[in-house]
Amino acid sequence: MAKPIEIRTSPHLKRAISVDRIMRNVVFALLPICAFAVFQFGLSALLLLLTTTGVAIATEWFFSRMSERGSTVSDWSVVITGILLGLTLPPGFPLWMAAVAAFVGVALGKALFGGLGYNVMNPALVGRAFVQAAFPVAITAWTPAFAPGRFAELIPSTLTVPFMQPVPVTDWIAGLQLDAWTGATPLALQKFQHIELPVTDVFTGMIAGSAGETSALLILICGLWLAAKRMLDWRIPVAVMAGAALTALPFWLMDASLYPSPWFVLFSGGLMLGAWFMASDMVASPVTTSGVIIYGLFIGSLTVFIRLFGGLVEGIMYAILLANALGPLIMSWTQPRVYGTVGKGRGRVSR
Amino acid sequence: MALLSIFKRHPTFDHGIYPVEHKDLTADKPIRRLPFAPELVIPLAQHKGVPAVPLVKVGQEVVRGEPIARAEGFLSVPMHAPATGVIRAIALTPTADGPKTQAIFLKVYEAASQEVLYDLERDLDAMTPDEIVAAVQDAGLVGLGGGAFPSHVKMKPPAGKVIETVIVNGCECEPYLTCDHRIMLEQSDALIRGIKLALKATGAKRAIIGVEDNKLDAVAHLRAVIPKDLPITAEAVETKYPQGAEKMLIKSILRKEVPVGGLPADIGVAVYNVGTLAQMGDLLPKGRGLIERVVTVSGPAVANPGNFMVPIGTPLRFLLGQVGLAADRVGEVILGGPMMGMAVASLDVPVTKAVSGVVALEREDPDLARRKVYPCIKCGECLKACPISLNPSMLGELALARQYDRMASEFNLNQCFECGCCAYVCPSNIPLTQYFRIAKSINRDKNG
Repeated sequence: MAKPIEIRTSPHLKRAISVDRIMRNVVFALLPICAFAVFQFGLSALLLLLTTTGVAIATEWFFSRMSERGSTVSDWSVVITGILLGLTLPPGFPLWMAAVAAFVGVALGKALFGGLGYNVMNPALVGRAFVQAAFPVAITAWTPAFAPGRFAELIPSTLTVPFMQPVPVTDWIAGLQLDAWTGATPLALQKFQHIELPVTDVFTGMIAGSAGETSALLILICGLWLAAKRMLDWRIPVAVMAGAALTALPFWLMDASLYPSPWFVLFSGGLMLGAWFMASDMVASPVTTSGVIIYGLFIGSLTVFIRLFGGLVEGIMYAILLANALGPLIMSWTQPRVYGTVGKGRGRVSR
Repeated sequence: MALLSIFKRHPTFDHGIYPVEHKDLTADKPIRRLPFAPELVIPLAQHKGVPAVPLVKVGQEVVRGEPIARAEGFLSVPMHAPATGVIRAIALTPTADGPKTQAIFLKVYEAASQEVLYDLERDLDAMTPDEIVAAVQDAGLVGLGGGAFPSHVKMKPPAGKVIETVIVNGCECEPYLTCDHRIMLEQSDALIRGIKLALKATGAKRAIIGVEDNKLDAVAHLRAVIPKDLPITAEAVETKYPQGAEKMLIKSILRKEVPVGGLPADIGVAVYNVGTLAQMGDLLPKGRGLIERVVTVSGPAVANPGNFMVPIGTPLRFLLGQVGLAADRVGEVILGGPMMGMAVASLDVPVTKAVSGVVALEREDPDLARRKVYPCIKCGECLKACPISLNPSMLGELALARQYDRMASEFNLNQCFECGCCAYVCPSNIPLTQYFRIAKSINRDKNG
C-alpha cells in the first residue's frame, strides 16, 4: 500500500451542499432586488445597502474574533442580514442610523445568542425593530421613487451627521415638483385615507416605500428561483401569503371601501420580502413540516391584524419577530409521529 | 396500459433520500467465480448471537463443505469449510467491527477443487416445518443482506404470533451494490425454491418479493419464472434509500408499521433477503452448508468491478487484488454499501457471511473530503430525510448538550437504525449518525 487506507464512520457518502453555498445563493437571490432598489431610489439606496452590509460584516467579524470561534464571516449568513436590513429601511434613512441598526441586529440579534444557528429571531428584523423604536420619525420619512437626478445627488437625510436628527425631506421633495406625490406609502394611504392604489402599480413596484420592498413581482421571482433550487422552504412564504389573504378576505367582503383587497394586502408593504426572505430564515423558523405551516399562517394573519387594527401601518416585522419567539413552542406541538408509534407528538416509547 | 404504468408511482415509505446509485458499474456483470485465496480466515462470530464452537484441531485436514464449527444453542449457527485444506491455526483476526475475534485459519491446498464433496441428499417435500428450521440452522444460514441474523430464528415466531406474509427483500438500496440484482436474474430457480421453504417453515400464506424500480428487468424476469400456482408475487417499489431496510419495505408493501420495540412477527411478517433465500434453495436439497456468497466488488478505486462468488473467509487483500485495486488512489474500503457499511482498518479482514459488497472509494473523492462543520441552521432537511420521522436536528443538539437520556426517553433515539440519511443531507456537515451511535452506546453502558 502506498498510503494507509482511511477510516470514517458511515454514511460514507455526502450530498454536495453546504451552509455557505445555501447562504451564498440567498445573497444571489437578493441581488436583483438590491439592483431594483438602486434603480428606483438612486445613490442613497446604494449607500444604504453598502452601509448595512458593511457594518453587519464588521460586527460579525468583531464578535467572532472576541469569542475565539474564528471568523464566521465566510459562511455568508451575515451578508444576508446586512442586505435584508438595508432593503427594509426607507431609502433616505440616515446612514448613521442604518449603521446602528446593523450593529444592533448582528450584535444583539445574533452574536449574543452564540452566532449562526443559535439566534432565536431574525437578526435583520431585530436591528430594524430597534431603530423603529429609536428613530420613529426617520423610519417613516418616505421619499418618492424615480426622483429625477437620483443618480447624481443624495436624498438630503442620507448624510445626516451621526447622533443628529436628519433634516426633514419634505422641502427637498417639494423642490422635485412631482405631480402625484402624496407623501405616503400605499399602505398609509389605504389605512388612513382609504385610498387603494392600483394593484398593478403595487405589484410591479412603481411606488414609494422601503428600499427593497416595493416590487412584489421581483421578490416573487427571486424567491421562486431560490425555492426551485431547494434552498428555501416554499411552504413558509406560501403559508404567510395564505394567512394574510385569508385574514383580509372577510373584512374586504364586508366593506371594500374601508378594508383593502387581499391582492393589495399581499403585494403592498413588506409582506412579500418578509414572507420570502425573512420569515423563511431557516435558523429562526421551526423545523417541523407542519410547524412551518402554522408559523407561516400565524405571520400572515397577524400582519393583517396589525395593519388593519394596530397603531402601525405595517405589521410584518413584528409578526415575524413574534412568530420567531413562538418557534420552539410551535415545534413542541408539531413533533412528527415516529414510525411504529401510536398517536401524534413525540410518540410513546415502549422501552 | 403499459404506457400508463410509466406514470404510476411505485409504492414507497415516507421521507428517505436519493443518493447517486453508481450501480451501472456492475449491474450487467454476471456472477463470476474467483480462485481460492492461499489462506481463508473464518471468524467464529460472524453472525448475531452466540459464536460458533470449533470442531476441528490445528493440523486437521478438512474437505470443502465439511462442518468445522458447531452452533452453540438456538441463537447460533455452524461454520463449514469453504475449501479443502488444512487447519493452520485457531487464533485472533481483525474484523470490520474493530476488536479482534477468534477465527479458524484454513490453509487451502493448491489443487483444491471448487466442487463441493460434502453432500447429504434430502427430500424437501417430506420435511416438516420444524425439520426445515433445523436444516436451515445446520446450513449456517444468516441474513445475507448485511444483518447476519440467524435465518432459522426468524422462522420460529414468538409464541402466539402467526406469520402471514413472507417479504422477500430484493431492494438493494445501497449505492454500488448489485449482487442481489444478479441473484434475482441468475439464481431465480434457487430463490423460488428458498421462498417455498420459507413459506412452509413459517406457515405463511403468501410471499411478496419487493424490488426497487431501478431493477425492473429483475421484476419482469421473476414474474415470468414464478410458477402460477404458487402464492408468490414480485412487486416494484420506488428506488429510494433506505427502501431495503426491513421496516421501510414492510411499510411500502403492506402499508403497516412494525410497532416500536417490536418485531416484524408482531404484525405477521417475516423478511428475508433474496440472497439468503437463494442460498437456502441451493443448499438445503443437498444438505450443504453456507461456504460462499455473492459479493459486489466496486467503487472508483477498483479497475475491474464485478459480482463474484466469494468463498467465506477470503481476505480483502486477496479479493481486491483480483479486481485491480488502485493502491495509490484508494481512500476507504467499505464492507457493505457506502451508506451503512463499515470502513475497514486493515485489508487482512476476511469476507464474512454478511458482506454483500466491498466498495473502495478514492482518496480524492469529493465525498470523502473533510468538510467544515457548521452549527445546525435548523433547515429541517434531516427531518424530511429521516425514514422513521425522528427529529435529528433536535437529537443532534441534545447530543452536543450530552443529554443522552432525554434523547432516548423523549425523542425516540432507540428507533434510529443509523441509516445515515440525516448526515447525508446535512448542509452543516454535522456527523449526526455518529452522534447517535455514540449516544446509544453510552446509554447502553449506563443501563447495563
